[in-house]
Amino acid sequence: MPFGEFLRQRVLAVQEYSLMSWAAITNIGRRPFYMTDLYTQADLIGVGSLPIVILTGFFTGGVLALQSATTLGQFGAKSVTGELVSLSMIKELGPVLTSLMVSGRNASGMASELGSMQVTEQIDAMRALGTDPLKKLVTPRLISTVFMLLFLTILSDALGTIGGGLVATTMLGLDASQYFHMAYQFLMYPDILEGVVKPLIFGFIIASIGCYFGMSTRGGTQGVGRSTTQAVVFSSIFIIVTDFVISRLMIGVFGR
Amino acid sequence: MPSEIDRTSAGADLATTNSQQEPAVEFKRVWMGFDGHSVLHNISFTTQSGQMLILLGPAGGGKSILLKLCNGLMQPDRGSICVFGQEVSSMAQEQLFVLRRDIGMVFQESALFDSLSVRDNVAYRLREEGESEQEINERVTESLRFVELEDAIDKFPAELSGGMRRRVAIARAIISHPKLLLYDSPTGGLDPITSTTIIELVMKQRDVYNGTALLVTHRLQDAFMLATYRFNHQTNQRERVPGNGIDPHTTLMVLREGGIAFLGNLIELLRCEDPYIKEYLA
Repeated sequence: MPFGEFLRQRVLAVQEYSLMSWAAITNIGRRPFYMTDLYTQADLIGVGSLPIVILTGFFTGGVLALQSATTLGQFGAKSVTGELVSLSMIKELGPVLTSLMVSGRNASGMASELGSMQVTEQIDAMRALGTDPLKKLVTPRLISTVFMLLFLTILSDALGTIGGGLVATTMLGLDASQYFHMAYQFLMYPDILEGVVKPLIFGFIIASIGCYFGMSTRGGTQGVGRSTTQAVVFSSIFIIVTDFVISRLMIGVFGR
Repeated sequence: MPSEIDRTSAGADLATTNSQQEPAVEFKRVWMGFDGHSVLHNISFTTQSGQMLILLGPAGGGKSILLKLCNGLMQPDRGSICVFGQEVSSMAQEQLFVLRRDIGMVFQESALFDSLSVRDNVAYRLREEGESEQEINERVTESLRFVELEDAIDKFPAELSGGMRRRVAIARAIISHPKLLLYDSPTGGLDPITSTTIIELVMKQRDVYNGTALLVTHRLQDAFMLATYRFNHQTNQRERVPGNGIDPHTTLMVLREGGIAFLGNLIELLRCEDPYIKEYLA
């Protein structure tokens, strides 16, 4: 494919993605409201992702405590393990790892479900029956992912801190009270804000990219497979890049 | 290609003279292409209310695209498409959704929602329109009775045969008694007996409700049967049009490489001297 054509297709894809995302957002306040679809998606994305998020959060906190305590111990600062674990979990690892897990599970699910509907003309049938597929399929997924990812991240942060505490007390010989005191004492509002803003943006990335690749699927079952892979790859990359940008912005604004 | 334009105009006139009212569907010099390749070129025809237009032609000739253009699912590159007097090609999405309440469409592979039961598939449009559950139940039963599939109401599309899926798709399309029905290859991929059943349903729909319809098919048998038979309400069976005649409401259009090769009734088609049409009919 000539470079010019390649570039044209990429620009066109960005345009289509932007238009779809904008339409999905502006549809939020417009009737009809597909509340059943919203609850179904919230259940699928939120409740369905609970086991994977609980396990990831808990063990990430645990391993973080294990690794950091070893290094901090060399400088005689083993006591600040709680601070390091809670700050790392809330500002960085909680949002990013939860989002990556949900992306692997749900961006792929959205792309494959909508992709299958696209190649079997179900989306055209929906249009022909007078339903706006963006309103019915994309907007509920977008709202549910943003909303549920926020709570999944909070849960992951809490479980990560608890997991770290459990490792610190049972394996590293730290005092539980000291660990949780340090974990709480050094937390400031900007840290919480960063931990809350990130999942909101990452949730939008996961749903919009998953839906975009699903809705733009071409080429039968092979196309569905391709869309599914692309949705996971692109949403993961965007999450990591956006994480860097948000972190830099937060440091610039709040100085931490 | 002067001969092609002449035939187009002649066919359009033929359709127009059947009724003086506003055409249900009107294509004016429509062009459509993908990636620099022309799929439809200079398509012009009109279909009056109560008429059935059968689109014939080889695969890849742009027949399905023509139906999607008619429903506003695709936009033409050039030209004008009017459905019930409304310009579809320049209509906003919200207006299109309103217009589509008067249009039913049967897709090539049925396009049933595979996660919904037959009942929910057929009831889909009514639920979207906010009808009461009692009204929905009555009309779903009526629609499924029309296609003789009442027993399959609680099944899922995956549990149905190809023919049954087409019948459910027809039930879904007709539930709101649309003024215009678009059938995209309703017999495609089906065995001859099931195909006949489907065509009988299309005929029944045409003759019972007197609606307007555009039907795409690559099977000449379908077109011949629809043009020479009619549905008898009393006997609930199809019968030959009296005097071995043709149905006056059925017009045929043959597409060739995106252009109109023929537009007229069955007798005109059989008498057509165009070498391509002769070869197509052979």
